[in-house]
Amino acid sequence: MSADPFSLAAILAMAAVTLAVRASGYLVLRRLRPGPFFRAVLEHLPGTLFVAFVAPALVREGVAGLVGGGATLVLMRATGSTPAALIGGVAAFWAARAGGL
Amino acid sequence: MQVVATRAGFRRGLRLAAPLTLGLIPFGLVVGVLAEAQGLSALEQALMSALVFAGAAQILALELWADPAPIASAALAALAVNLRFALMGPTLAGWFDALRGWRRWLAVGGIVDHAWALAIAELRAGRHDAGVYLGAVAALWLAWVATTVAGHALGALVALPRSHPLFFAAPACFVALLVPLWRGRREALPWAVAAAVALAFSHLLPQPALAVVCGAVAGALVGALIETSGRGRGA
Repeated sequence: MSADPFSLAAILAMAAVTLAVRASGYLVLRRLRPGPFFRAVLEHLPGTLFVAFVAPALVREGVAGLVGGGATLVLMRATGSTPAALIGGVAAFWAARAGGL
Repeated sequence: MQVVATRAGFRRGLRLAAPLTLGLIPFGLVVGVLAEAQGLSALEQALMSALVFAGAAQILALELWADPAPIASAALAALAVNLRFALMGPTLAGWFDALRGWRRWLAVGGIVDHAWALAIAELRAGRHDAGVYLGAVAALWLAWVATTVAGHALGALVALPRSHPLFFAAPACFVALLVPLWRGRREALPWAVAAAVALAFSHLLPQPALAVVCGAVAGALVGALIETSGRGRGA
């Protein structure tokens, strides 16, 4: 059990930023009453953020990445079960990799 | 409306959140295994899960992890992914006000999607007991720390190389998370813009987290522009 100073600093920075975001909604946003545009931006952010992360990550893995991502998407849509989607997606990626894609 | 905070409510929150903790297991295991593979010690992993308590932010930060740890990149990932928590604060403000001292700040610090959704369901049903929310947060936090610690131990046991296909589970988590976020065809253009900008910038920018943030903001701006112009939606 040990902690490296850089890792510790990164973890504490993440914790501080996350707490600040959580508290800002309660302390600031309730008084500011953000306009419809700002609200719409914030409501879109989770989706666009995950897309922006996923797209380069899948493309970097080549065809296998697209196969695995597609399988995860289809399974999640069909079953609504995260474990099923993750297992199926990883299996599809693994199979595509093994098949030389 | 009179908001209360009772012990019975706390127990009710624990009970209501118990089935939700099962849904955390796959994400917790992925976070733990990924943290181990990226060189975090068991203590560092536990500390991150206990203090940050936000699965998507942790996966994103861990994917970008390097040696020495990228402090700015990790903080940026946490900021971008967790910005949605700011939106949850105002709807729960009445409940936070009803809590005293450290309990209030524990409740604020524990804002997560599941507990928020549960609290909204309680509010809509006309129940105003902040204890329920605190109980749900407690159950989710305990389950989160436990499953990520288990994931780290599992990762140390099997010691997979970082290139192993099993690590595809990390990006797959985000693909799975996208499904419930799809609110119909109006998401298509913002999501396409987010993907295109992130792809274009991922080779140009020195920090991978920056390309992700650029794509996310560009897509969200496009979505907000479409929604607030033309349709004339009031405030």
